[in-house]
Amino acid sequence: MNARAQILNTISANKPALADLPAISLQQVTNYDDVFAKFKATLESIGGQVLELDDINELQLLINEEKNAGHYVLTAINGVNDELNNAQDAITLEPVHKAFIKASIGVAENGAVWIKESQMINRLLPFICQHLVVVLEKEKIVSTMHHAYQQLDVFEEGFGVFIAGPSKTADIEQSLVIGAHGARSMTVYILN
Amino acid sequence: MKVGLFIPCYIDQFYPQVGIATLQLLEKAGCEVSFPMNQTCCGQPMANSGFAALSKGCDQNFVDNFSGFEYIVAPSGSCVLHIKEHLHGADEEKVNYIRSHIYELTEFLVDVLQLENLEANFPHKVGLHISCHGQRGLHLSSMSELMEPAFSKPEKLLGMVKGLELTKPKRPDECCGFGGTFCVFEEAVSVKMGKDRIAEHAANDVAFITAADTSCLMHLEGILKRNNSTTKTIHIAEILNSSIA
Amino acid sequence: MKLQTHAAAASTFIADEPRTDWHDETLWFVRSKRDKAAHGIAEWEALREWASKIKEHTLSNLDNYLIEFEEKAKANGVTVHWAANGAEHNQIVFDIIRKNNIQKIVKSKSMLTEECGLNEYLHVKGIETVDTDLGERIVQFRNEMPSHIVLPAIHLKKEDVSETFHRHLGTEKGNNDPQYLTEAARQHLRSKFIEAGLAITGVNFAIAETGGFVVCTNEGNADMGAHAAPIHIACMGFEKIIPKAEHLAVFLRLLARSATGQPITTYSSHFSKPGAGQQMHIVIVDNGRSKQLGRTDFRNSLKCIRCAACFNTCPVYRRSGGHSYHTAVSGPIGSILNPNLDMKANADLPFASTLCGSCSNVCPVKIDIHQQLWKWRQVIVSEGYVSAGKKIGMKGMAFVLSKPALYRFSGKAVRSFMSLFPFLFRTKKLNPWYRQRQMPEAPKQSFTDWYKQNKKA
Repeated sequence: MNARAQILNTISANKPALADLPAISLQQVTNYDDVFAKFKATLESIGGQVLELDDINELQLLINEEKNAGHYVLTAINGVNDELNNAQDAITLEPVHKAFIKASIGVAENGAVWIKESQMINRLLPFICQHLVVVLEKEKIVSTMHHAYQQLDVFEEGFGVFIAGPSKTADIEQSLVIGAHGARSMTVYILN
Repeated sequence: MKVGLFIPCYIDQFYPQVGIATLQLLEKAGCEVSFPMNQTCCGQPMANSGFAALSKGCDQNFVDNFSGFEYIVAPSGSCVLHIKEHLHGADEEKVNYIRSHIYELTEFLVDVLQLENLEANFPHKVGLHISCHGQRGLHLSSMSELMEPAFSKPEKLLGMVKGLELTKPKRPDECCGFGGTFCVFEEAVSVKMGKDRIAEHAANDVAFITAADTSCLMHLEGILKRNNSTTKTIHIAEILNSSIA
Repeated sequence: MKLQTHAAAASTFIADEPRTDWHDETLWFVRSKRDKAAHGIAEWEALREWASKIKEHTLSNLDNYLIEFEEKAKANGVTVHWAANGAEHNQIVFDIIRKNNIQKIVKSKSMLTEECGLNEYLHVKGIETVDTDLGERIVQFRNEMPSHIVLPAIHLKKEDVSETFHRHLGTEKGNNDPQYLTEAARQHLRSKFIEAGLAITGVNFAIAETGGFVVCTNEGNADMGAHAAPIHIACMGFEKIIPKAEHLAVFLRLLARSATGQPITTYSSHFSKPGAGQQMHIVIVDNGRSKQLGRTDFRNSLKCIRCAACFNTCPVYRRSGGHSYHTAVSGPIGSILNPNLDMKANADLPFASTLCGSCSNVCPVKIDIHQQLWKWRQVIVSEGYVSAGKKIGMKGMAFVLSKPALYRFSGKAVRSFMSLFPFLFRTKKLNPWYRQRQMPEAPKQSFTDWYKQNKKA
């Protein structure tokens, strides 16, 4: 008997009597009055930066500023472009200084944003860049993860990620260090 | 109210004053207290060491002594918890009755007798040690790990004692380290845990450390005495029963 | 090599009292961060109840969920493998490595791979295996096991890390700054991510309805590895399955708060299909789990989401350190999982506890850890993994305690002995109690004697 059959047979023989799933409703979870305020406060407390933007075109000015300073900048906001596609490898993307990516949803309780594969274009981009910049529409902020999962189909694409702030570690004597292997900083521009 | 008094084996042998205080306290509160003379032990020392299978004789003796009491009261959270969870016997009805009619002293005084005041006087600074089995097993007070409203049956009673200044250690409900046979088989960890509890009480400069379980106090007292401390241990029954300055 | 029992190893650990205090305070601080986070969620206790019920339901339908998961994953283009035990798991992983002619791999945190001994196995086969979680890389350099399932290097001070990095990475001798040391690790591991031909990750949650899985990190190392390498292998114990994507809300709200007090890990990566031009594999592992599932009293230990909240609250773990438990997964949860794997080798673990119950209270999935520790003690004794001396002593005790007259006689005898011959008890060698504690006083009268004299009509 192969391992699969052996394992499944043993599980079938050993599992307990069927137990019910619990009933969970959104009425039973926290609903924040001001989701933007909570989102901003939470993300800032975990090392992220939250700024507001009135017009998406202002973003292009920021991108130009970076490029003029000689920084290697990639933007995924306008879709696949000459500079960014899903075939680029780690060697090519390693020197990226700053990446601009749009997110679908923000979660107030933990300051996380959801970015799916088609928004990042290349799966490595949000992690390999030195600094991550995310754009999120204000009305897309929800209270909790329950609300987020209700609105999202997280497995509709091959990959997606909740990102809450810059990468970090406290593995050296519990001292918090911002900037481990992923981005050293994360800025979220909230689009009004 | 008729009460069957259950005095744990080590209190019977080494700390009779705790049993005396318990009996006197219950009588002052208007109870008619009987002490079944042939009781021995609840069986916990064997069971916690993995030898619950050997406790049939001990369990049967407990059932024989305590059947027929509507209220069984003991000055020990761990012993009461053990009976509630692990008492077995041939007569299931008798066993189930005992399991649901046994009380630790402070819960009996607060929940059943519903005491609102005590004629007690203990003008000293006292540190409260929360014994694990009473707290987490019998829910004598709220637990720091759970998100629940704060309450404490021992504290409610101590609040009725004149002159008493109650303090609490920084870590309100960390274990003292006694743990039954753990105290000798894992002696290093056991003593370290006890020393740490004592240090937190010492920071509050207490004259006494009290708890609802003598096992915790016996362990802490052993360390205090070895280190020539002036801090004493005292069971909560003795404080609640005291009328002497 | 005979393993030290927990008691012996703990004794050695505690001998350095200042270091023990530091270890204890560090972990207590993590416990207090957890408390603060839990206090911030009004529905915290409801969340724990939901998580517990979801896991209990899943265990009761586990085979069907695994079949569904495999079907969906395969339809997504993922190759699914099954391993009955650690040896099979290691062989499967190595076969993929060898088939693709790979020499260098990177690995993010996976306690399952520690359980299977994957690193040592691959090392012998000549594969360069780099642990990319900072804590794991540190212990890898030092040739040590992680001492905590979430904070692998919690037993080390920054001076230790500095010395290790000086030796292996050429950092400045004596520079203990965590920022400086982390930067050095970032640069070193960045090149490893780029060079690796294959990345191994663990799995925090595997979703039956979609065939996808979630990996949570703060460092971003799982993603750096998985997206840079042409091959990604995700290794999971089969109990990582949950039924639906919406259930992730419950678990992701509980996991980081329970583990470190954070509202969520920096990255919660949801994988379902291989990336462009990439291979994705999942290895589903049993290694004793199906046996545990059949143990009525212990099957709920399989609900564990590996948050380590039980470690941080355990007064024994904090004062003995993870290495005292001589297993990959230590702490309270390890003590109820490991006897199932090897009862003889792990017979000491359920006794490394005072049964205080704090662990059960912090467990996000409400595993009755302290009750299971008590129950394992009964099993271990009935299977015979207890010393003859202890057995005889307990039999004697049980006999005396079942006979009232004999009990009263013995009690009086012991008290008399203690009064007349105190030196018998005051030997540190024979009486472990006496090493650091005074004996209790031996009163002349027992309570029963007093009652007879004063109260009995």
